[in-house]
Amino acid sequence: MTEAPRVGLFATCLMNVFRPNLGHATLHLLELAGCVVEVPTAQTCCGQPAYNSGDFDGTRVLAKQVIRQFERYDYVVGPSGSCMATIRKDYPRLFDDEPDWRRRAEALAAKAHELISFLLDVRGLKLDDVAFDGTATYHDSCSGLRELGVKQQPRELLAMVRGLQLKEMRDPEVCCGFGGTFCVKYPEISTRIVDDKLADIASTGADTVLGGDLGCLMNIAGRAAREGKALRVFHAAEVLAGMADGPGLGGEDAGKGKAG
Amino acid sequence: MRFETPRFKQAAVVALHDERLRTALARSRVGFIGHREAAVEALPEFEQLRDTAAQIKDHVLDHLDYYLQRYEQAVVAAGGKVHWAHSDEEAQRIIVDICRAADAKVITKGKSMVSEEIGLNDALIAAGYEVVETDLGEYIIQLAKEPPSHIVGPALHKTREQVTALFAEHHGRARKETVAELVTEAREMLRDKFFRADVGITGGNFLIAETGTSVIVTNEGNGDLTQTLPRVHIVTSGIERVLPSLDDLPVFLRLLARSATGQDTETYTTLSTGPRRAGDPDGPEEYHVVLVDNGRSQMLGSRFRKMLRCIRCGACMNHCPVYGSVGGHAYGWVYPGPMGAVLTPIYQGLKDSYDLPNACTLNGRCQSVCPVKIPLPEMLRELRHLQHVERMGPRLQRHALAVWRFVASQPWLYRIAEKLATTTLARLGGPKRRVHKLPFAEGWTQSRDLPAPAGSTFLSQVPRSKRA
Repeated sequence: MTEAPRVGLFATCLMNVFRPNLGHATLHLLELAGCVVEVPTAQTCCGQPAYNSGDFDGTRVLAKQVIRQFERYDYVVGPSGSCMATIRKDYPRLFDDEPDWRRRAEALAAKAHELISFLLDVRGLKLDDVAFDGTATYHDSCSGLRELGVKQQPRELLAMVRGLQLKEMRDPEVCCGFGGTFCVKYPEISTRIVDDKLADIASTGADTVLGGDLGCLMNIAGRAAREGKALRVFHAAEVLAGMADGPGLGGEDAGKGKAG
Repeated sequence: MRFETPRFKQAAVVALHDERLRTALARSRVGFIGHREAAVEALPEFEQLRDTAAQIKDHVLDHLDYYLQRYEQAVVAAGGKVHWAHSDEEAQRIIVDICRAADAKVITKGKSMVSEEIGLNDALIAAGYEVVETDLGEYIIQLAKEPPSHIVGPALHKTREQVTALFAEHHGRARKETVAELVTEAREMLRDKFFRADVGITGGNFLIAETGTSVIVTNEGNGDLTQTLPRVHIVTSGIERVLPSLDDLPVFLRLLARSATGQDTETYTTLSTGPRRAGDPDGPEEYHVVLVDNGRSQMLGSRFRKMLRCIRCGACMNHCPVYGSVGGHAYGWVYPGPMGAVLTPIYQGLKDSYDLPNACTLNGRCQSVCPVKIPLPEMLRELRHLQHVERMGPRLQRHALAVWRFVASQPWLYRIAEKLATTTLARLGGPKRRVHKLPFAEGWTQSRDLPAPAGSTFLSQVPRSKRA
């Protein structure tokens, strides 16, 4: 047996503030997959908000920070296709004029993974003692899907969860309308897009929505809550870790579970 | 065509409240996406074709001067004439001059986005000609006096009911309620125009350098009647539409039909080379090609060069959730959707087109369906970069970004800020843990609740043994 890999856990901004439960689920799953996990506590943000706002200088500052903090690990893993795609796909592109940083960015990119695909593709994780009572539908978040090829992995792992039934939407691959700052800059358009998503979710009859990115999930959960729709929203990792027994995103505290 | 892009935000909100538009968009979206998917699945080499097409396009763009000269030589050898138009105005002038020399009265037109781009109809009408669009969709919007809302289906925003009313008003005949009846009536109205036309103007989906051939694809056959019946045929095309040889054509025909409408092939694919020769059963006496630059050669030397691969299939807008929500008119100029969000700022300026690159979730579906693999999200981000460097956009947003950037680069400060955010939001959320109104980010809470945090951050909860 090879030595356990050392993994630096990338604690995404949204997870860190809004969903600590997902952080614990991520830690648990990585350890279950035989990794030694460390969480660098000086980490802040991957820089994507700056990058997508066209502030490439600002992105470079934050990217260098992430590279310094995580390059000592065998892998850097985070529960977000969006943040991890930034590290994996965008970082190397940022340093055309700084060859040394480009090399370091490429090295980090090569070992940066989105959590769920990492668990299955790299670690071959099998689950046998996890249960979830409900019918769920899975929203394919755009960055994970199109930049990192995350599609079958969450479905394969979720199929190992007892009691969980997965029902597909008509178009699970269409954007939910979150888009980072887009949803704040163009709220009316964003709302229409998330309403279309909610309609597709409703047509599956599922009581739960799962996904791999908190941004999308908070958007879906926030709109459902405002519209008074009863919908449980979890990150898929919370279900896979058996830690989805508390309230979902935007769900009310029912006085049980240990979320937060 | 008028430039309304500066009003994108307002136009988008108006569009979002237009229930008929919503119906029309929903209908077309389901059709376009589903048909394309089925057509692509039935062609195992589709992905390979995309790579090949992108390579051919890049090769042509690398040697564009060479292929354009070869094309001109071949057109001339076939008895035709090539006109070079640097700008939209020059293109208008050249075409009006050709019509004048031909002593034309009636001009028929096949569908052409370049002619929309150069504002050709208005110029011809101002010069006193009767101009008739012969593509059904273009015919409908010409009657309605509206610009196209989609580059393949220009009247896609219109429901059947609206077309019924429009035809009744303009044709003075009994109301036709079914699509078949409407199509028949349009054909009857157009037939007379086809026979009376002196000049026929078409676009050029592809130009073949080797043979001097222009290629158009249509589903109605109107393009054929437009270019074979009148005495004079004028092709208008962008300079980037040239392909080296006829051998390259099938790659693009296979991609275009599947990407645009989900067909294996369009109903009519028509190749024309020069005017009518002795012994030809039909064809024009004169054959002109107006090659339009209008900013393209500048794009060629810029970081947006790959945009010139575009074959105008419309797949990007068919798969764009923003286009699917607001439709084409909100974009405010000729080209809507993702390709328009790249082209419009390049043509019309970054400032006046500020919203277009920004009103995008960067979901990447446009790129994943683009038959020539244009990295559209990357280009939109590049435009945002140029805007950022020029300090465009709302001041509050720019300042917020600068503050956030500074805080995120100082871990100790970031810890304080996130602690403050976490406790404040937890308090605002109350026992239901939902924030209804958020200061500084009302864009979120005007239509959504914000799932509130529980009260402390993950990093503060990480067991000491696992911290680094």
